[in-house]
Amino acid sequence: MTRSLLIFLGAFAAISMSFTALALLPGLQLSTIEPTPGTDDYTFEEQRGREIYIRDGCLYCHTQQVRPDGFGADIQRGWGSRGSFPGDYVYDETHQLGTMRTGPDLHDIASRQPSRDWHLAHLYQPRSVSPGSVMPAYPYMFEVKSRSNVLPSDVTVPISPEYAPPEGKVVVAKEEALYLYDYLMTLRLEPLEENRDG
Amino acid sequence: MPASDADREPTTPGMPPGSTSETLEANWRRTVDHSTRWPVIAFVSSSVFWLLIGSVLAIVASLKFNMPDWLVQQGWLTFGRIRPAHLNTVIYGWISMAGVGVGTWLWARLLKTRLRGRWMMMTSVALWNVGMLLGTIGILIGHSRAIEWVEMPYYAFAFIVPAMLLVVASFLLTLQQRRVKHLFISVWYLGASMLWGPFLVVAVLLPIYSGVPEATANWWYAHNILGLWITPAGLAAAYYFIPKVIGRPVYSYHLSYLGFWTLALFYNWAGVHHLVGGPAPQWVVTVSIVFSVMMIVPVVVVAVNHHMTVVGHFKKLKYSPTLRFVVFGAMSYTAVSLQGSLQSLRSWQEVTHFTHYTIAHSHLGVYAFASMIMFGAMYYIMPRVTNWEWDSPRLISIHFWTTGLGVGAYFTALTIGGVIQGLQMLDPSIDFLTIVDDTKPWLVVRSVAGSLMTIGHFVFAYLLYRIIAKSGERRDGPVYFHPAPAGLFGSSAGDGSSRQAPSMDADSEETQDSPGL
Ligand code: HEM
Ligand code: HEM
Repeated sequence: MTRSLLIFLGAFAAISMSFTALALLPGLQLSTIEPTPGTDDYTFEEQRGREIYIRDGCLYCHTQQVRPDGFGADIQRGWGSRGSFPGDYVYDETHQLGTMRTGPDLHDIASRQPSRDWHLAHLYQPRSVSPGSVMPAYPYMFEVKSRSNVLPSDVTVPISPEYAPPEGKVVVAKEEALYLYDYLMTLRLEPLEENRDG
Repeated sequence: MPASDADREPTTPGMPPGSTSETLEANWRRTVDHSTRWPVIAFVSSSVFWLLIGSVLAIVASLKFNMPDWLVQQGWLTFGRIRPAHLNTVIYGWISMAGVGVGTWLWARLLKTRLRGRWMMMTSVALWNVGMLLGTIGILIGHSRAIEWVEMPYYAFAFIVPAMLLVVASFLLTLQQRRVKHLFISVWYLGASMLWGPFLVVAVLLPIYSGVPEATANWWYAHNILGLWITPAGLAAAYYFIPKVIGRPVYSYHLSYLGFWTLALFYNWAGVHHLVGGPAPQWVVTVSIVFSVMMIVPVVVVAVNHHMTVVGHFKKLKYSPTLRFVVFGAMSYTAVSLQGSLQSLRSWQEVTHFTHYTIAHSHLGVYAFASMIMFGAMYYIMPRVTNWEWDSPRLISIHFWTTGLGVGAYFTALTIGGVIQGLQMLDPSIDFLTIVDDTKPWLVVRSVAGSLMTIGHFVFAYLLYRIIAKSGERRDGPVYFHPAPAGLFGSSAGDGSSRQAPSMDADSEETQDSPGL
């Protein structure tokens, strides 16, 4: 056997084995997993919101994985009543586990902060509700309208005076912001009866 | 070793009758270098183009931490799109194309034969650039897939995967025509990465993953693109240029085999150390931690080999740009990898995992190691493919100090800031917004450091333009930071020059090719 063939075969064997073990086997192992209680398939609106979360890269600053008790301080911080399990993600076609916490974990945000007004104001201008935050504002998900042009179906967003638009104008959420809110409200970790090991 | 290889060895084509063996060597080397000319120029200049784009995106991303209300009116400027656009341009545009450009030149040189399939390389560069353009625009207009390290949409990879395969084809054709008995260790690394790279990309693009298993596949991929695609190109270059410029064989050739095989066997199991403490099955995480720690073996082996080759020749760093960049990179490789092995431990991950500390580690790897080695390699290669010398030692020096100090400050600031951030997050009595506030000064340092690095990149791009366009005065002999004392770099060493007299140019590749020496 020539040296180059040996290198080739060795290199190929190495990568194929780890591919099988790390990329394929976990899929098989978890293929029969049940969704955890409270984990449901996404509705149309929630899925749209999830696509916006993906499109605008919330993942680069927010994780969706609560660390288990005894590892880190997530539970003590109030980021969830339990650690995350694989069953929490069964409907996630594109995983959004994340690796960075420039902002807090969001896997249980719906329990922690259910208010729609808060979320919409936060998206429009994070510093209006979280002073000192470095999160970008998302004004393009909102429209600033004259109060007289507001339609009955419009969702207006109360903004603190410091960041509010000029007199006579109001902030109205576009569909994007509402869908995103709908998606965030799916992020909830229901407590489990027994403590299963993922 | 097939007999045919040995047979081919002495029959070097283009042998002028009556020439000495030294001019003969110089002549075939010129032929071989010449055969790589357009592919190397095309890949190198494209890579630097993407480096510039990636740097501008990086600065914008970094400044957004300092001014979160800057450039927020339009979706395409939001941090969550600029940031993946940065990663993808620098990983698939800059460092990958640079690796292919440098690798191509090394491949032909080390196999002592002309590059075959040049049209494939030229087609590849075109496809690759189209793919990068579509991918970058795709992310910015909202088609990001938000799978870390594979954010570019499928339609971008539809160009990039064939581009990679064309490179592989050209490499294989060239390999078939090799005129050497021994395959120098750089050839091993490059050859293996040519298998691993396309394998990885195709595997991760398969539409078969979701949920937690998708995360393990994702990190298996991302870690391997670093370890089995980017790292081999960097190590191949370091293994070639350190002995070459110093004029002394690799410290221990046997160790280099050990280093290669342990890397090939251990690295690819380590990826799930990115998910420590997360919901992935425990056994996968544990396996990855074990292999991460085992990576100490190849890393130490490579470190011994590289650093022991340099020992006793440090004063050459004062003169040779190639050596200075490459040795900087090789030292960073040791640092980033040992850091990596330690930080994959659970107790370490508990503190640093979700913090800016990781970003510092990233740039120590892809920048201080991989990018710096690529710069050094380009300083050596470009004069040989263009037949022209670098324009200005002063600008090269500016390039070195801006990037070297820049990445040093970047790493130091985010490491300190990240550890503080990690420790604070473990203390639930510290309010989250206080933690955010405390990271701010370190993020300002990052913006300053990044601006320095970006200045360096533009300086380098200018130098590259000058050498490709053959601007300025024709220089005699290689460009050193300071005039090198006569005899410091022997006839077979140094940065060499595009235009040395053939007899001066004769270095014997054998010193490195054969383990015995
Ligand atoms: C023995 C070798 C190495 C080991 C064991 C190792 C280990 C690790 C670990 C555990 C992480 C995850 C950190 C976290 O998320 O908390 C990481 C991230 C990273 N490493 Fe390494 N590392 C090694 C070498 C390298 C090298 C040589 C490079 C560059 C060429 C590199 C580049 C990166 C990058 C870019 C990331 C960040 C990935 C991301 O989060 O997007 N590492 N490494
Ligand atoms: C011009 C100087 C540079 C600056 C200012 C810079 C800045 C940044 C910023 C702001 C991020 C995002 C960090 C976050 O999400 O918190 C980032 C990520 C990253 N950059 Fe750079 N960058 C620079 C050059 C480079 C180069 C040349 C490379 C590759 C060769 C590179 C590779 C990466 C990688 C791999 C990540 C992802 C890190 C991770 O996920 O852990 N950067 N960079």
